[in-house]
Amino acid sequence: MGRPVRFNTKVKMVEMPEGQTGEGYFATSFDKVIGLARKNSLWPLPFATSCCGIEFMATMGSHYDIARFGSERLGFTPRQCDLLMVMGTIAKKMGPILREVYLQMSEPRWVLAVGACASSGGIFDTYSVLQGIDQIIPVDVYVPGCPPRPEGILDGLMRIQELVGNESLRHRNSEQYQDLMDAYGIQ
Amino acid sequence: MALTNENITQRLTEKFGEDLSEVEEPYGLLTFSAPKLLNLKVLQFLYDDPELRFQFLTDLTAVHYPDRKGAELAVVYLLHNMRDNIRIRFKVYTDIREPDVFSATALFASANWMERETFDFFGVRFVGHPNLKRILNVDEMDYFPLRKEYPLEDQTRVDKDDDMFGRGTDKWFQP
Repeated sequence: MGRPVRFNTKVKMVEMPEGQTGEGYFATSFDKVIGLARKNSLWPLPFATSCCGIEFMATMGSHYDIARFGSERLGFTPRQCDLLMVMGTIAKKMGPILREVYLQMSEPRWVLAVGACASSGGIFDTYSVLQGIDQIIPVDVYVPGCPPRPEGILDGLMRIQELVGNESLRHRNSEQYQDLMDAYGIQ
Repeated sequence: MALTNENITQRLTEKFGEDLSEVEEPYGLLTFSAPKLLNLKVLQFLYDDPELRFQFLTDLTAVHYPDRKGAELAVVYLLHNMRDNIRIRFKVYTDIREPDVFSATALFASANWMERETFDFFGVRFVGHPNLKRILNVDEMDYFPLRKEYPLEDQTRVDKDDDMFGRGTDKWFQP
């Protein structure tokens, strides 16, 4: 007697990019294909220092499940990761360490600032706390909240995906991007 | 004979006489102060005396009193006699323009980090400390954050609601 086998028929695939389809071939631009691949296989590096990190743990867990967005592979080394998720208060003494982690990531890289503290210092308007991580590294998406709910963090991730998917392949070589890096003193 | 606050005060007065000042007992905790040059002598006496035996340094910190001219910084030692379970508080005052106080590291090894912390936040220079440098704040910091001399960081910011950060006029507080 065979076991009842159930296949999951509700698997959602990403939509095909625009392009020319013919018999046995499909032609589109590199931008779109690479963007599609990158945005659905982001490797996040969680940099969690306080309560927003707890919310992120909930986001990672089975209930909210960040894996649904192709980001289940959390890397705990900056060298393999392309999305830095900063969650929590960054003290001034932690600043150089965070910057070091960012510098160790290879291009292309994105940064998500989760919560009020990472975005602006939050309630800690004081001598020991960095007033927003954008003082030392460039940030792509800010998630508001103190702390944000997991839905908020997922929304931030989806906005990062949107940026990643639509990014031109030449963007990282552009003068504008170079100026941004120079503004932060990053070579 | 049980060790009481009266006994301790009596022993100290016998030894140091007029140098002892501000003897009081807020909430039952014996508190007194002495000139800053005598701080090690007092601590050593409290440590060595066979009756007093204050051989544990619970805490060491400082307080800034901007209104006490010439004695703005108070260095506070909280001592514990573990055998009789009695605690006392000992203060020395110093001029903020010349915040030199003898280091207690030779007597209490635990004073090392506590003196570094007190230096970090109040700028008290502990003479004779083996490694007097900042312990918690960034090394580049050029002020002492717990002195009551500095406004909250960056009064010119507009991206935060002033009322929430003690910068604006307090519209709820009407004296």
